[in-house]
Formats: sequence, C-alpha cells, structure tokens
Amino acid sequence: MSNLLARYAEATFWMARYTERAENLARILDVNETFSRDTRGGQNWRSVLQLYDDEASFFAHNQEATAAAVIRFYVLDLENPGSILSVVRAARQNARTLRPLISTEMWIHLNMFYNRLRALTEEDVSEHRLARLCGFIKEGCQTHSGITEGTFYRDAGWYFYQLGCNLERADQTTRLLDVKYHLLLPSVAEVGSPFDVSQWNALLRSASAYHAFRRVHPSGMTPAAVAGFLLFHQSFPRSVAGCITAFDAMLDALIARYGLTGGGEVAAEVDRLRAALSEDQIDDIISRGLHEYIDGVQIKLVAITEELAQAFFGLEAAGASSSAEASTEA
Amino acid sequence: MGDDSATGLLANYDPQGFFCEMLGMPDRPATFTAAIWERIGQLGLHELRARARDAELELYNFGITFTVYSQKDAIDRILPFDVIPRVISPEDWRTIEDGVSQRVAAINLFLWDVYHDQRILDDGVVPRDLVLGNKTYRPEMCGLDVPFGTYVHINGTDLIRGDDGRIVVLEDNARSPSGVSYVVENRHLMQRAFPDLMANIGIKPVSNYGQKLHEALAEIAPAGVLDPQVVLLSPGTYNSAYFEHIFLAREMGVPLVEGSDLVVENDRVYMRTIAGLEPVHVVYRRINDDFLDPLAFNPDSMLGAAGLFEAYRKGTVALANAVGTGVADDKAVYAYIPRIIKYYLDQDAILPNVETKICREPEGLKYTLDHLDELVVKPVGESGGYGITVGPRASSKEIEACRDLLLADPANYISQPMINLSVSPTLVDEGIGPRHVDLRPFAVTGKSTWVLPGGLSRVALTKGSIIVNSSQGGGSKDTWVLE
Repeated sequence: MSNLLARYAEATFWMARYTERAENLARILDVNETFSRDTRGGQNWRSVLQLYDDEASFFAHNQEATAAAVIRFYVLDLENPGSILSVVRAARQNARTLRPLISTEMWIHLNMFYNRLRALTEEDVSEHRLARLCGFIKEGCQTHSGITEGTFYRDAGWYFYQLGCNLERADQTTRLLDVKYHLLLPSVAEVGSPFDVSQWNALLRSASAYHAFRRVHPSGMTPAAVAGFLLFHQSFPRSVAGCITAFDAMLDALIARYGLTGGGEVAAEVDRLRAALSEDQIDDIISRGLHEYIDGVQIKLVAITEELAQAFFGLEAAGASSSAEASTEA
Repeated sequence: MGDDSATGLLANYDPQGFFCEMLGMPDRPATFTAAIWERIGQLGLHELRARARDAELELYNFGITFTVYSQKDAIDRILPFDVIPRVISPEDWRTIEDGVSQRVAAINLFLWDVYHDQRILDDGVVPRDLVLGNKTYRPEMCGLDVPFGTYVHINGTDLIRGDDGRIVVLEDNARSPSGVSYVVENRHLMQRAFPDLMANIGIKPVSNYGQKLHEALAEIAPAGVLDPQVVLLSPGTYNSAYFEHIFLAREMGVPLVEGSDLVVENDRVYMRTIAGLEPVHVVYRRINDDFLDPLAFNPDSMLGAAGLFEAYRKGTVALANAVGTGVADDKAVYAYIPRIIKYYLDQDAILPNVETKICREPEGLKYTLDHLDELVVKPVGESGGYGITVGPRASSKEIEACRDLLLADPANYISQPMINLSVSPTLVDEGIGPRHVDLRPFAVTGKSTWVLPGGLSRVALTKGSIIVNSSQGGGSKDTWVLE
C-alpha cells in the first residue's frame, strides 16, 4: 500500500481541526450566554469578538455587539470564516476531498450535519434557543468523532486526524480560559467573590470539566485551581497539557510506524511546549498575567502547525502549496 | 401478461405507440418482464412513491450529486432517480455485449492505424483530412505503441431503440465517458429500497466494476512493474463529476490525485506523499488531453502535471484512456464506423449505426437534399447540439436555409432519420407513465474487453421529451440484465 498523499494528510488534519473548532465554538457561545444571563455580566458579547480577534470584521458590518448580532456572526454568517457554519462547511469540504479515504459513514454524517446547519433560520439562533442550539452542534461534532473512532481505517490518515484534533482542542481550551480573563477585566477586585466562583464554575461546565475537577478538588474552587486544571491536568482530555501529550505520542508513533524522515522540527517544537507546560506554576502565571501566558501558548501552537505543514503537507514546490492551503482552509 | 397483473395502476399505463422496454410492442409483447411488472403492480402507487422519496433522501445524504454552477453559488444536485427498473432480456444483452466489444476492437485498431501506418486513409475508406485535420487528432501520438494496442480502456456507447425494436448506436464516447458510478450506486439503492422486487429474479451483478477496471489498468502498467501503483487523476472537487471520481478511486482502492499531487522527474511520474515522492505507474485520468500536461498541450492548464506526456512517450507510465482517442468518437467519424468495422474485422456491425448519410459523399448529399423535410441534419463540427435542423419540425424557411448551408459546405454535415426513442414505465406525477430512455453500456479493455452488464439508463423525465441529459430534466434508472 502506498503512503498517504500529502494533500490527504493536510485535509485530514484540517477536517479534524474544523469539527473540533465548531464544537468548541458552541461551548464558548454557550458559556458566554450563561455569563451574560447574569445581570452583572451583561453586555459581554464583545469579549467573544476579542477572543477570536474578530472585532474589525464584525464591526465592518454591525453597529453594536448585541447578543443577537454576535450569535448570528458566529453561527450563521458565511461571510465570517470563523462562524460555525463556515467552519463546518470547511470540514465538509475537506471531507469531500477525503471521500476516497474516509469511511462512507463519516462522510454521510458530516454532509447531513452541514445540510442541517445550513437550513437553520435566524429564529433558530435567537438567544433564548442558544443553549439548545449549542447542544445540537456539540452533539453533531461528537457524533463525528465517534463515527471516526469507530470506522476510520488506522493508517497514517488516522494519525493526522488525531494530531489535528488534539492541537485544535488545546488551542480552544486556551481561548475558553481567555473568555474568563476578558470578563474579569473590569472587576479585578472581585477575584474569589461568590460571583467570580460561579463564573469559574460555568467555565468548567462548558469544557465538560466540572465533574472531573470536583474529583480532583472535592472542595473549594479557586481561579488558580480551575485555570491550573484546564491548563495542566494530564488526565483531563481537554486540558492543554493533556492534548499536547497526546499529540506528542501520536507524532512519535506516526514517524516510527511509517519510517518518516521529516517531522524532526515539529517534534522539537512540541517538546519545547511540553517542557514549558510541565514546569510552569499556575500561581506564577496568574500573577504575571494569564492572558499573556495563553497568548504565548497559542503562538507555540501556530508554530507547531507550521512545522507540521513543512514536514508532511508536500510544500516543497512553492507554487502548489499556497493554492492547496487556500483550498483546504477556505 | 396475465390478467391478474392488470391492476388499475398498470392498466392505465399506455406506451402511446412507442416501443416499450417493459412491455415490448402490442404485436410482440415482452414476456421476460412479466414477473417484475406484476410485482410493481402489487406494490401499488402509494408504496412506490414512499420508497422513491426515501431513495431520493438517501442519495442526497450520501452526496451522490453532480454540481450545477450558477453565477453565485455551486449547488450540489442529485441526479433524479426513477425506481422502476429498465430491464434487458438475455438475448438483447448478448447482442449489446458482442456489438460493443466489436466496436471497441475496431476503434482500437483504427486508432493504432491512424497513429502508425494510416492504411485506412491510404485505402480511402475514411477521408484523410477528416482524421488528420481533426482537432482531436494528436500528431504527438504517431509511432507510439501502447500496450496490447489498447487506446480506449474505458468506453461508453450510447444506444437507443427505435419503434422497430432494433438497438442502434447513437454515439461513441471514447475519451472520458462518465456515468458508471450511477450504474453501481443505483443498483445498491434498489437493493436497499426494493429487496422484494428483486428477489429471485436473477439479475447480473454490477458491483465488480472497480475490480475489473483495476485489473485492466494493472495490465497496461509498464513492463517489469510487478505491483503497479494506479492512481485516478481528477480535476478536483469542483469538477461536476467529482462524485464519480471518488467512487472509482474507492472501488479500486487507489489514491485520487490532482495535478498538484504529481511530480515528473527524469521522465518518471511520482506522487507527493507524507514520506516524500513515490512512483506512479498507471494514471486513469479524468482530464481531457488539452489539460493533461502544460508542456505538451495547453500551456495554461493548472490541472495536469508538467512532463507527464513525455514520461508517457518514454513508456514509464501508462495513461487510460490513451491520448488522442477523440478522433474515434468524432461525429463525422461515427458515420464511418460500420465501414471501419468491416475494414479491420471483415464483419458487419452487430450494432448498427443510426442510418447516417455522409454529405461529403455525392450520394449522401443528394439523398439528404431530396429528403430534407424527413431528416435530422447535423453539423459535424466540434460544437455538438448547435446548428441541428430537425426536418419534420422545421418551417419551409428553415429547410431552405439548411439547404443553402449544405450546398455551401457539404462536408460539414451528416443527416439521419428521426428516431423515436423507446420508452420505459416511469413513476411520474400522474402515476406510471411512459418516458423515453437511452442506454450507455461501459466497456473496459486491457488485454481483452469486458462489458459491464447493463449500463446507465438515462430517462427524459419531462413528458414527451427525448432529451435525457441531466442538465435538462433527465434522470436515471437501475438497469437489469436478466440471467
């Protein structure tokens, strides 16, 4: 059997990332809605825009960051490449490229999921229905993961799928933590107040981490404990460190199993991040600034993606690479 | 047909004088379809409609679609599927199978000849300028030997049946015929939706197409390659036939590549993998000659691979179909195919052409001019569909305009009688009604030729229409060749 086409590796990696991204976007909208429901947390939809660096593109077409406008922007707006509809469309487009490789069930599900999202109306995405909508989107993405786990042939494509999944999940968990950072900005004095604790609580729930957190920390809930859990706890599948450890193991296995000569630079980049994650102390991070720390992690994740592309996505001929990237990421 | 099958649903079905693929003609009723026709009647209209709806939904979810491009958007549409099968008797199938094989054999001999000795041109059987002056003729192919003399590895022959029940060839497709994916998927769909209709009927299977194709493609690999790497070269996801490319790659278990995946170094073809470049030995390309290689053909092409044709000439890679096969399925050359068969095989054509007058020949021109009001006059130029005059439906002014064109440039025209396409019972708004159908069987040739039992039955869903094209209201049916 021949080795995996470089273009397929790239498309698999991005298919995984885009579905994971859609799921996390739903989680972030969901938790933000929970926050803003509280009278003291109102008008916080702008923070989501800051989180994704989308203020400029949002305000190009919108006057005000109302709940309705921001939700529409992140769910239905095809002009926004980061909306859930755009991201699922991109996942489906990659799946279409991958039809010769992936299981029929994976394709049928993504195709149907996309068609259902496309059929959503403005009414369907109104604020009072947001929790249910986010539940539907999460479930769609999780169904995709489950079908993939159960049907995707375990060749190199599977490894690239896992790499994409873990990298995106790590990145999105940092963004979830950052929501809280942005919300806290106006009220630093309230750190540790009952209100603050309830927000951390909601944050944990949005990452499906509340129960796991409670098992590790049966009583109390400090910002440091929550942030530390989401960043560093190895056994939690959405923690940054957990994802990077999984990524590292997948990468090693991929290189070893297929005797690949490339990938040394990616491995080095991952090792540096892993080392940092295992040494850094949450109290230091909080005192120096959680947001700045998260920014740093995100930059390293981007570097890992770039090295991965260099090593495996067939970029040696400069001409072909830019168009390939455009077609898989668009 | 027994009386008990004549439920209301079927009793109302009237082929309106056309040859019916299910019932035959009133004076020559088909008996081989009796059991199937009766079962359809027993299902009843309500059940047929319910299952048809489920089938359409399944096609949509499955993404068995072709892409229609409008100015703003690319829309994936399903090819409408009619649940009432088109049934072919074992006798008719033998004729079709033999006729298609014969035609493919003659076409391959013809292609070898026109790219080598050109005997058929020297002997004046086919006019020299018709071949050498044809846009699809590729002088670059001269003197090049292809394995087993096979140029057309995948061939599609468009067949129709007239009122007299004879099956005739309307058109050859020797470049990149499409539609075979629908043949197999339609069968799978029927097996899921109508197990009760198919049980114990004895229908020849179609699901081994991918295997047969891979075998043929492996046969044409360069000498000495034991485990050839076959790839399918597609223009990419935006191509309207992309679904079919996926289907073929999956059925053969080979990579579906795009031009950017291929690299040619030292006249050898490679594909980019995660482990670097790996050799490619056979390319089933679904890209026209023009776009195959910017160094050899259209320099603006972004779809092919630079250097591919030179590698092909050096024999390090095989292409299916070969380059330059378009000269064999040209509209004007079509008229000569019966003579081409006679010339190389010393046989009469098993499947006749639609009777065609070649206006470059004085007799053909005279006959055409004398019978303009009865004939369909077609220009042979590359833009098919344009400039056709349908005599029986034309005004006297149009007839005279056609006469002037013919006299000005007779060599540019052929003429054919109007053919009434046969009909097949089809589920339509008013119940089950007759709709016109054609048939495209697919022949796969490596060392020898294999014909997929059945083929693509296209159906004109618009009442009275004879246009079966998907872009103009055409759909498809499952095609059953009985054992």
